[in-house]
Amino acid sequence: MAQPTTTVTPQSYLLARGRWHPLEIVFWLATLLPFVLFPNYLSLASQIAITALFALSLDLILGYAGIVSLGHAAFFGIGAYSAGLFSKYVWGEPFSGLLVAAALAGLLGYGTSFIISRFRHLPLIMITLGLGLLAHEVANSAHWLTGGSDGLQGVRTQPIFGVFRFDLYGQTAYAYSLGVLFIVFLCARRLINSPFGLALRGIRENWNRMPAIGADSRAHIRKAYTIAAIIAGICGALLTQTTNSASLESISFQRSADVLVMLVLGGAGRLYGGLVGAAIFMIARDQFSGIAPQFWYFWIGVLLVAVVMFLPNGILGGLAKITARWRRP
Amino acid sequence: MTTHSGGTPALSTRHLSKSFGSLVVARDIELNLPVGARYALIGPNGAGKTTLINLMTGMQTPNAGQILLGGEDITALEPQHRVRRGLARTFQINTLFAGLNPLEAVTLAVAERRGFAGKFWQNIADEKDAIEEAYEILVKLRLGDVCYQTTRELPYGRQRLLEIALALATKPKVLLLDEPAAGVPQDESGDIFEVVAGLSDDLTLLFIEHDMHVVFRFASHIIVMVGGAVFTEGSPAEIAADPGVREVYLGKRHHG
Repeated sequence: MAQPTTTVTPQSYLLARGRWHPLEIVFWLATLLPFVLFPNYLSLASQIAITALFALSLDLILGYAGIVSLGHAAFFGIGAYSAGLFSKYVWGEPFSGLLVAAALAGLLGYGTSFIISRFRHLPLIMITLGLGLLAHEVANSAHWLTGGSDGLQGVRTQPIFGVFRFDLYGQTAYAYSLGVLFIVFLCARRLINSPFGLALRGIRENWNRMPAIGADSRAHIRKAYTIAAIIAGICGALLTQTTNSASLESISFQRSADVLVMLVLGGAGRLYGGLVGAAIFMIARDQFSGIAPQFWYFWIGVLLVAVVMFLPNGILGGLAKITARWRRP
Repeated sequence: MTTHSGGTPALSTRHLSKSFGSLVVARDIELNLPVGARYALIGPNGAGKTTLINLMTGMQTPNAGQILLGGEDITALEPQHRVRRGLARTFQINTLFAGLNPLEAVTLAVAERRGFAGKFWQNIADEKDAIEEAYEILVKLRLGDVCYQTTRELPYGRQRLLEIALALATKPKVLLLDEPAAGVPQDESGDIFEVVAGLSDDLTLLFIEHDMHVVFRFASHIIVMVGGAVFTEGSPAEIAADPGVREVYLGKRHHG
């Protein structure tokens, strides 16, 4: 933590905490490298950007407010299907598709937040799991609408701004996903440095103290959950638009579990934890499944156990600890 | 009833009762705290002192009876709404935001009171007045020099002071202190009570404390609880002279 000196006023201290770190600028510049270095992997890069944003949305509720969810893919799936259906039956313009997906996912998130905010710990995990399974089965059984296990076919996404077509190499897809990721990240960053962000950290740090300082934690949680659902919906829409299809996989338990693993790997409760975790997870999956497609989860398991055992705050948490020790002589 | 001058009591209870099965933890408790009072709540371990604070603040629900804050019935209100009306408490066991620093924690409490803690589209650092108010509270409680240190790294005595700072940030009319110096070495507990004694005269105080020197030094009125009921109450001199209290404390040797 910062050293208290006489020149630091409380306000300037808080202002400094919200300032951009040079490493952050390096990080975002590095996200542009795939265009130059890995032009054949831009489709993967696009998927990573989408998944990173999904992990960020889970981080808002898990890392900041301490709400563990095993059903976050429900909102991803709602976003994926609503964007797909919107482009198929109404209009293929991508940004309006994003908005529709965000609105529907947010609506569902707001509705379920009244249940979510009443529970904690194991009951909460079970409820999120149940809601996630429920959403999956609804999508599965509504074959006439979603295509069921065949997936939603016939999605046609128009060029971005009417100019940039989604090409085979994924150049437009990655630029689009990365752009949306960056904009939503800026919003999330703003939220984290806001009074509301502080209240969420308060909930995570001590649920019992919050009412004693006059805080309505349930109202805070409803708001955070709705915002997280909106972002997850945007992620689902991005995936549909960049792949021109939506499948049951987008709303599956597997996706909920994977995103939780990514967040824990990267480090929950830090804005970049989900982003780094998603990148590691997706690249590892790509590489390991090239070696032995059936067994790649073995390596994720090894990685997960190792990280949780030795770096309880994730990879970023471990790095932060190392640099802090390094600075302190 | 109280011997203090008239006017509505800052906090009172009417026939307040609570039991778990056959175990009675609060039995028909009738109390009146006049505005600006400095009340001590004493009694052996298990007398129901913390339970009484939990009932008053809404952290436990009574089986019967009422709680009145400034004459208004608050029995049905949730804890956070009681806090917003001016009833704050501290905890015997530190109940702090371990990963936040004191500045963040107290600023959060101020933000909740001022009603902007739900704002997510502006930087916390732009709330200059609230931050300054939080910092003033911290300085008043001798926490100014450690306000950027993570709470879990603070010395224990400082953490006890932060307990009080968080409660003060809610601008209470009535403050209930559950053993504010619990676990603090005896030579330091005086410091904590100096801070408590220095709080505004408008603030109505009720504190639980085991150290009789501290009680007699800082309380204007003492309530003795035994077995979930009010055993007796009176001025420090009256309590000191009460043979029944002596028996509770010295004869039965329950003292914790």
